[in-house]
Amino acid sequence: MTDGTVSEAGIWWPFVVMIAGAAATYVWRALGVALSGRIDPEGPAFDWVACVAYGLLAGLIARMILQPSGPLADVALAHRAIATAAAVAAFWLLRRSVMLGVGAGAVTLVVLVLLSGAPG
Amino acid sequence: MATPPIKARIGTDFGSGRRAALVGARRALGTPSVVLGASFIGFGALVQQVGLNVWHALFSTATGWALPGQVALVELYALGTPLLSITLAVGLTNARLLPMAITLLPIVRAPRIPHLVYYLAAHLIAVTGWVAAMRDCPHLPVAQRLPYFVGFASALWCVTLVATALGFALAGAVPREVTLGLVFINPIYFMLLLVADLRIGSRILAAVFGALLGPLSYLVVPDWSLLLTGVTAGTLAFAIGRLHRHRTGRRHD
Repeated sequence: MTDGTVSEAGIWWPFVVMIAGAAATYVWRALGVALSGRIDPEGPAFDWVACVAYGLLAGLIARMILQPSGPLADVALAHRAIATAAAVAAFWLLRRSVMLGVGAGAVTLVVLVLLSGAPG
Repeated sequence: MATPPIKARIGTDFGSGRRAALVGARRALGTPSVVLGASFIGFGALVQQVGLNVWHALFSTATGWALPGQVALVELYALGTPLLSITLAVGLTNARLLPMAITLLPIVRAPRIPHLVYYLAAHLIAVTGWVAAMRDCPHLPVAQRLPYFVGFASALWCVTLVATALGFALAGAVPREVTLGLVFINPIYFMLLLVADLRIGSRILAAVFGALLGPLSYLVVPDWSLLLTGVTAGTLAFAIGRLHRHRTGRRHD
């Protein structure tokens, strides 16, 4: 977390990071355009890239819920876990609706935090 | 997926590319905008909470426009992670865009469209628009497919920019409890998208390994945890999938 004293470099540095991130994102899209029609989407190379992507995304999500670095770090782990379970339950019970699942999870978290008194 | 099936029968014809783009934009402004808009409100709130300004948030949405990578970037940045590690993690988080682009292009490609146009339109490839295009475009005349996709995705892009700014503003204005709810939208949205999308054995395995390894490796090597997790979990799941396929002698997709 930054501590409020953002220097001149502190304002521009995030843009540099974001340009690097945007390039690292766009390169896949452009590569996809260049390779389309020339690479087998059913082949092993593809399969491996997809597996790495899914593993990384799942790791990121688990970390965001279990070890949040931002404001969610102030919320008790039990509350985060219960809200996550509520989201999954709502998703399965309500016709696999992502929207309703997300709504249920977010509302549950807010209610739990409110019931337990103000967070840190 | 998040979007309900739209009645696009075989041989749907909107009359012209222009009309196809407008229909695409109008469809994007329905349910897809609500779901994705809520997620980008969460992203805007996260950026505000981390201490960056609204231009950082808008710049990230405009140039990156792939939410998991954007969230990874902001979270890692807030932790003070080195630039190279952030860039690699964002790149790997968004690697799914490669297979998406490769499968979308043959569908939207049409005669007399310059190569450059595809490279520009490629920036708009992201999960929601890709799902809609893969579902609806095969039913359209070839000349209307790219306009439909671009209309759909650029309307969504505008919505997400507004939502990002809205989330940033809300995070500073609403009670802290509500801000926490907004920030929490991101992980659960991704989690449910991942769950909704998992059908292939090896990828389910990769996600399970990743979910276990992510938090564990963070305790040991915080800076490189995401990369390590993705490559280890992915390679392990891939190898097990290949082995299993080899042994049973056929595909198990």
